[in-house]
Amino acid sequence: MYNFVSGPLVWIAFIIFFAGMIYQFLRMLKSAQKDKVIYPYMSLKYSLRSLFHWIIPFASKNMRARYEVTIVTFIFHLSLILLPIFLAAHVVMFTFSWGPTWSVVSESTATFLTVLVILACLFFLIRRLMLPEIRFVTEPSDYLLLLIAAAPFLSGFIANRQWFDYETVLIIHMISGAIMLMAIPFTRLSHMLFFPFTRAYMGSEFGAVRRAKDW
Amino acid sequence: MGLAALPIVNDPGLDIPIQELTPERIAEVFNRVVDQETAARFKVYLNTCVHCGLCSDACHWFLSNDRDPRFSPVGKVKQTLWKLIKKRGRVQPAFIKECSRIAHTECNVCRRCSMYCPFGIDIAYLLLTVRRICSELGVVPQFLQDTVNSHAVTLNQMWVKQDEWIDTLQWQEEDARAEVKTGRIPLDKEGADVFYSVIAPEPKILAQLIGNIAQIMAVAKVDWTMPSFDGWDNSNMAMYSGDFEIMGRVERAHHDAALRLKSRRIVMGECGHAFRGAVYDGPKWLGWREPPIPLIHAVEFYHELIFSGRLKISHKFETPVTVQEPCNIIRGRGLGPKLREIIQATCADFREPEPAFEHNYCCGAGGGTINCGPPWKTSRVKGNSVKAEQLAATGAHVIITPCHNCHSGIEDIVGAYKLGMHVKFFSEILMEVMEIPEELKA
Repeated sequence: MYNFVSGPLVWIAFIIFFAGMIYQFLRMLKSAQKDKVIYPYMSLKYSLRSLFHWIIPFASKNMRARYEVTIVTFIFHLSLILLPIFLAAHVVMFTFSWGPTWSVVSESTATFLTVLVILACLFFLIRRLMLPEIRFVTEPSDYLLLLIAAAPFLSGFIANRQWFDYETVLIIHMISGAIMLMAIPFTRLSHMLFFPFTRAYMGSEFGAVRRAKDW
Repeated sequence: MGLAALPIVNDPGLDIPIQELTPERIAEVFNRVVDQETAARFKVYLNTCVHCGLCSDACHWFLSNDRDPRFSPVGKVKQTLWKLIKKRGRVQPAFIKECSRIAHTECNVCRRCSMYCPFGIDIAYLLLTVRRICSELGVVPQFLQDTVNSHAVTLNQMWVKQDEWIDTLQWQEEDARAEVKTGRIPLDKEGADVFYSVIAPEPKILAQLIGNIAQIMAVAKVDWTMPSFDGWDNSNMAMYSGDFEIMGRVERAHHDAALRLKSRRIVMGECGHAFRGAVYDGPKWLGWREPPIPLIHAVEFYHELIFSGRLKISHKFETPVTVQEPCNIIRGRGLGPKLREIIQATCADFREPEPAFEHNYCCGAGGGTINCGPPWKTSRVKGNSVKAEQLAATGAHVIITPCHNCHSGIEDIVGAYKLGMHVKFFSEILMEVMEIPEELKA
């Protein structure tokens, strides 16, 4: 079991992740052709102007108004993407198989960031449960997606602490990581791929066509 | 959820057509619209939305209805499209009435929410797609559909006949000449610098606005014309009902009229939705990237006249004023700074609203909502108490409102919330402060 999840499953997960992302990207490009307005109105200048105001914390009005969501969201997304790439345990496994290595974050930093991700997931969960406007639009899949995002971090944290049976927890960790990777292209987690494009289109329409700000 | 039931509103435009519908027919239309008329935006928007609810605070309906989640932008999409998609359009006819209520009467497609969505999802576009589906099923609020029928038959919104149109212009020309000797409304003049177009409610119920513009044009010595034939009405309610075929015809007729008269540019009267239709929603449908001849809104035109010195201001308007910023020319064309400049140039005491510019609240009437008529007025006025609070907080006595939909909507709000304020078009301010040279005075 351990050999499978740490070997073939990783391959499968990455292949599905990358192939899925490419497939969704190409499908979007094709579908954008049918949507007659997209290509004529796309503007690099206004796309970047819009993205710029939405990837910098507090650069847009709603990010300032909902500052608590902004802080948590930025910490969550940055840790979610960077932590797995720079975690010592991950880099060591990569180096063992392939050779190259790169600098890693210290264990205490990693633990701290993992806890932040888990707390952020808790924040999203509580927000979803407590705020009527979010509860109203919450579907079971929203909880599932939150779980998919939280599971690798929660299990990674438990594995690191060596609570419960280490190997079982490690297997759960690797499976949950694989599930997340595979889910990204095919669920609403695909906002990882689509976010720059929806933003760019709206930025283009606001900037080039409507000559207005969109932040 | 424990949400109280919303009042049931009877509207023959919804209640009668749904009796003829079946889930099969609804599914057929829904799938046709989704498969043939939508593509990347529709799919990506729906697949990208993470149901975070951050769009809620953008919506005046949501804020005014005590943060009732049914009025949040994403809440409206959930109550319409999510279910339609889940059921592949096989829904009960009564559900289509709900869709129309939400999309036609409880959303002004003002696009404020797309400035609050972190992904920039165009939620208004999604609700316009719901309107399209309802319209294709023949389910449209009766008053709104009547304006569309009028567009279809007469190419204007209010069943104005050609002789009535010409007659009104002659009458207004006479009125203008009572003030300014050279006041004229040149009909069908070829090669004029300005082709001036208005919305049909002007000749129908607000004719003095045409007389006013005749005086302004005469004083500023503008070479202008209006057509005696169809295409003079720049309004477009079909754009909002979801009847895009009629929308395209109306927009084409407007641009064609200006082209036929070989005008150098179109100047549109003080209306927001008409501008949106002429400058991008219409061209988009017609496959034009840009309108065929330059086209500007009255606010830009007045800015040009005042700051080029063609119109002189004799004295400033003293009463404290604030502004209602029409979504379709502010969020829709970035005219916020120019609007302020012409107000500052003509008014002594301008009170800035908060929020302002692109973030200003919608009037609650635009997007075809006020055209849904009296049955929906109560919910419309209730759905914009934040606007009443915002206006009251300025302490102004006059609200300058360079848009017809805003004008009527704000008047309703001023009345319902007893604000004791007056609503004026910018041209009405201009009429009071513009200098008429002695030699032109009648």
